[in-house]
Amino acid sequence: MTSNGTAEPGEPAPPDGAAGSAGPAPSNGAAVPGEPLLSVRGLKVHFPIRKGTLLQRVVGHVRAVDGVDLEVRRGMTYGLVGESGCGKSTLGKAVLRLVEPTAGTVVFDGVNLALQGPEPMRRLRRNMQMVFQDPLASLDPRQSVESALTEPLRAHGFPGDRSKRVRELLDIVGLPAGAAGRYPHEFSGGQRQRVGIARAIALNPDLIIADEPVSALDVSIQAQIVNLLEDLQEQLGLTYVVVAHDLAVVRHVSDVIGVMYLGALVEEAPSDELYAEPLHPYTIALMSAIPIPDPEVEERRRRILLTGDLPSPVDVPPGCRFHTRCPFRQPTRCAEESPDLREMRPGRKVACHWAEEIATGTIRAAASAQDPTATEVGAPAVQ
Amino acid sequence: MVFRQRGRPDVRAVDGVGFSVAPGETVGLVGESGCGKSVTSLAVMGLLPRRGVRVEGSVSFDGTELLSLPPDKLRTLRGRELAVVFQDPMTSLNPVVPVGTQVTEVLVRHRGLNEGEARKEAGDLLRRVGIPDPSRRLREYPHQLSGGMRQRALIATALACRPRLLIADEPTTALDVTIQAQILELLKTLVAESGTALILITHDLGVVAGMCDTVHVMYAGRIVERASRHDLFGAPRHPYTGGLLASVPRLDQPRGTRLEPIAGSPRDTIPWDRGCAFAPRCPNRVEECTSATPELLGGHHGLRCFNPLRSGPVREVTPR
Repeated sequence: MTSNGTAEPGEPAPPDGAAGSAGPAPSNGAAVPGEPLLSVRGLKVHFPIRKGTLLQRVVGHVRAVDGVDLEVRRGMTYGLVGESGCGKSTLGKAVLRLVEPTAGTVVFDGVNLALQGPEPMRRLRRNMQMVFQDPLASLDPRQSVESALTEPLRAHGFPGDRSKRVRELLDIVGLPAGAAGRYPHEFSGGQRQRVGIARAIALNPDLIIADEPVSALDVSIQAQIVNLLEDLQEQLGLTYVVVAHDLAVVRHVSDVIGVMYLGALVEEAPSDELYAEPLHPYTIALMSAIPIPDPEVEERRRRILLTGDLPSPVDVPPGCRFHTRCPFRQPTRCAEESPDLREMRPGRKVACHWAEEIATGTIRAAASAQDPTATEVGAPAVQ
Repeated sequence: MVFRQRGRPDVRAVDGVGFSVAPGETVGLVGESGCGKSVTSLAVMGLLPRRGVRVEGSVSFDGTELLSLPPDKLRTLRGRELAVVFQDPMTSLNPVVPVGTQVTEVLVRHRGLNEGEARKEAGDLLRRVGIPDPSRRLREYPHQLSGGMRQRALIATALACRPRLLIADEPTTALDVTIQAQILELLKTLVAESGTALILITHDLGVVAGMCDTVHVMYAGRIVERASRHDLFGAPRHPYTGGLLASVPRLDQPRGTRLEPIAGSPRDTIPWDRGCAFAPRCPNRVEECTSATPELLGGHHGLRCFNPLRSGPVREVTPR
């Protein structure tokens, strides 16, 4: 069972249309007919922590998502990045109401999802689907591929020939027609993720939320799935929210990237600009921490090391939530006043009091984290 | 090295892998899951079960042959001269023993310190690996520490006797990138300061590019390419290495270029004795690839391929 043929889907399509190659002037609105498909306002997801066996007192809250605003335009890809525990997956699930938001609104295609009863919500779900990280966990091991793909069609009353649709779906995601009768364990990781994607697009949704779609796969396979997602967007006009911790992958597929830290967005930018000029101290540190597979570049890079660990989302620091680890921290204001996500310049949003000063170099990182000599960590210390 | 299981054909997990590490040098073993990189490290440390596994060849550490060393001698060497850090600190640390005890244990056993001295030394070690408030942390259990801290505690244990060889098997794969940067920095300082030889096993090409002096790329149990990191990343010769580099998106490259995946999956392979295991996925395949076994040739830049890449897909580096 060679899957050689599966790597080349149909015709080579340029990566996500004109949006990706916008070039020098990344004008978001112009390239893509972009009315917002999804709009999230003040979304919060707090999980209560209960103590005691009988009374179950609530002793605190895990503030997994703590007030997020974002907007995703039709046909675009919004990338959500952040480290484990920052709430990015919870945010993705809360958008689909797979976990109930504590506060805030999610408007999908003009419909406020929070106001929908169970049955209208169920009907709306055909337009928004999810692709999960580990297809082995999200596919039923005892269900054949055909059955897994037919189930959404049956549940939503797909008109027409279902088995024809299954064959069509397999073809779209680059699996042989013979895959229909097989079971998840018979496939490799990449092929299983193709099944997961086929199931998500079965009902022609508008929006797909992909939660770490490639992180469980081997490096050589990741690119196959990334290309498949891009082709599908081109062919089917899909809108994606891609949630992942791998910034290089997210930047590759996304038009706009939101960086999350401890339940909130700290920066939002067109993906071309985010690496070229990160504005928030956390993004700056995150970018500098990502290893680049090129020794020449690695040796020249300046790395900003964060100290300490991510604070617990039960105890979000007062003031700016990043101030406990921030190398650019300034006295008093950072610890006292929580910065809003504000538009610093068109298309660039940042939640930092001092973003302008940091960008111009007026405020520099603390010596422990950044020192002209000490930060040249790429320098061949090992020779 | 051959794995045997009754009623099944033997599995040749690692076949003819050879490399050397000098003091103060960092050597990388790179490859995808199942390529045999971890098994190689277990064999070097003598940590594979004696039954059901046949290990052949030679592992020489400072003139001592490890494979034929009696178990008690090996045990003395391990922990003192040789140390290993695994990917998942939660399974390497004992969950019901405080972290401090696990660090002091090594010091008492191998360096003959008494309990008090060992505790003081353990505190210093934790501080050195960047764990704040070490005296409190020493009393805590592994589950009370975060993933990054657990990994640092494990590294502290590994460093307790200032080993001359450290094997780090995917030491940062389970960690977030900002924590990864801290741990890699720590390992780098260690190698530079104490002249420890480091074998770094990883699948992450970025980590290799920043850390290793020499890199061995493994595929299906054999080394397919061996070079200094500058040669390997600057001009990869093996189609597998080239394919890996072309299939990862890079942060410092302009966006919009399509990724070039390697076709198929690591499962699509043929046994080495019938040809090149990578042949079924290889864009450069020639007839010879499926009829004869390629040998690892060339000294400085070793290569196991009949039809290597002429000039590797060297990508322009845009200076920032």
